[in-house]
Amino acid sequence: MTGVIIAGAAETDRLGKLPDHSTLQLHIEGALNAVADAGLSLRDIDGIATVSAPGPVQVAHALGITPDWIDGTGVGGTSFLLHVRHAAAAIRAGYARTILITHGESGRSRVGASRFRPDASSPPGQFEAPYGTFGPTTTFTIPLLRYMKEYGLTHEQLAYVAVAQRRWAAKNPRAAFRDPITVEDVLASRMVAYPFHLLECCLVTDGGGALIVTSADRAAEFPKPAVHVLGTGESSETPMISQMVDFTESQAFRLAGRAAFAEAGIGVTDVDHLMIYDAFAHVPIYGLEALGFVAKGEAGPFIADGNTEPGGPLPLNTNGGGLSYTHTGMYGMFAIQEGVRQLRGEAAAQLDAPQISVILGNGGMFATSGVLVLGRSPRS
Amino acid sequence: MVGSVSVAAKPVPVPTPETQPFWDGCAVGELRLQRCGDCGRAYFYPRPVCPSCGSRNVSWFTASGRATLYSYVINHRPAPGFEDDTPYAIAVVQLEEGPRMMTNITGLPATPEALELDMPLRVRFEPRGDVTLPMFGPEEN
Repeated sequence: MTGVIIAGAAETDRLGKLPDHSTLQLHIEGALNAVADAGLSLRDIDGIATVSAPGPVQVAHALGITPDWIDGTGVGGTSFLLHVRHAAAAIRAGYARTILITHGESGRSRVGASRFRPDASSPPGQFEAPYGTFGPTTTFTIPLLRYMKEYGLTHEQLAYVAVAQRRWAAKNPRAAFRDPITVEDVLASRMVAYPFHLLECCLVTDGGGALIVTSADRAAEFPKPAVHVLGTGESSETPMISQMVDFTESQAFRLAGRAAFAEAGIGVTDVDHLMIYDAFAHVPIYGLEALGFVAKGEAGPFIADGNTEPGGPLPLNTNGGGLSYTHTGMYGMFAIQEGVRQLRGEAAAQLDAPQISVILGNGGMFATSGVLVLGRSPRS
Repeated sequence: MVGSVSVAAKPVPVPTPETQPFWDGCAVGELRLQRCGDCGRAYFYPRPVCPSCGSRNVSWFTASGRATLYSYVINHRPAPGFEDDTPYAIAVVQLEEGPRMMTNITGLPATPEALELDMPLRVRFEPRGDVTLPMFGPEEN
């Protein structure tokens, strides 16, 4: 089977508060940076993938691209991981040769951004919004008390997730928050939605990024080391948090992870670097258990014992994550970017020559998931 | 506060053909669910197919209204229209018949001490706009 690589990867020049950039501008800047990173020109691009709005037609048109292949899969913040998976299939099928995947979001400044509000006749509009849900802080958070009761996770262990990630962010000049924090700081921060304090919730920023995906037989054509797409998976579970099958585990994470690990032919002990989408502090806990790194109920103590922070055996969210690095709203693109940087050897908090990086994406509120297994080398 | 601020109204659901019997039930004080005539499982939210087995042989019945508290958050950043209720509990209850649904908890303080997981609850109904919403509160002895 044809190997597939990520040949170009870049973020926007700046992340954070960018009121001088519209959503579309962020897509364009990320795209141009990724094309340059791959040593290509826009004329080389024959496939386009991104989410709406603005969507692939708008982004392709803005860049002067006439695509032979289009993917507008928009299933939340994990969409870009699904785009990589779909792009790999398209390249193997011969539908496209050089695919551009873009993300841009004016999540903080809301310049040229659409407003999200469920239609009052949709299932979430009828059966959740009337009860005062108001975005992810009121919905993504609901499963955790059940997990805490079933598995004994403590408030301190939850808070420690933010502490561990801040230790990575401290090494990263591009991270939004870099000052060290303690469990006490986290628990003293403002209550947003019990049991979640402010420092257990992700940032809200502006930014973007893009990827160039192509076939592995072209690896030598590009200026940067190729990052091989070794395995991919995707799944969906529920459009409403209230209908999640079991509030103590993510079925979508588990199924997407199983598919990606099986395709790559790896197990958890092969993984050198891990990114788990962290919109909130509990999501890495659910992710570690869904991927099988630890048994059910063990992820909280595992993180609190220092296993995932600098110096630990399982480096997790090494850019600082959504909790400390950046979170535009659809964070998946940034998780992929850090995996690529680590495998290329160009990360701010660079690990010692990692061979395998796994990226777990989340969309919506445990609604969807994509998983990528990326490698420094082709599959052996 | 002296108010010239226009306060947004709480969201009012707009029924669709497949959900209308549910809302009609709420209006007369009944919590109506659907059950599959083939596999026997009850389910929520309303739709014309059994999510367990794919059967179209489904029918409505009136649930007991008894439930237990499955999980919740106590929200401190109000949705538009909920300013006067804050903090308020957004909960998911486990209905006696099996399905779960989102709700608010009424008749109890919105505190972790008052809201114990697995505590028994019972449905009650509150009018809002053109519809009546199911809410859950403590079992009354």
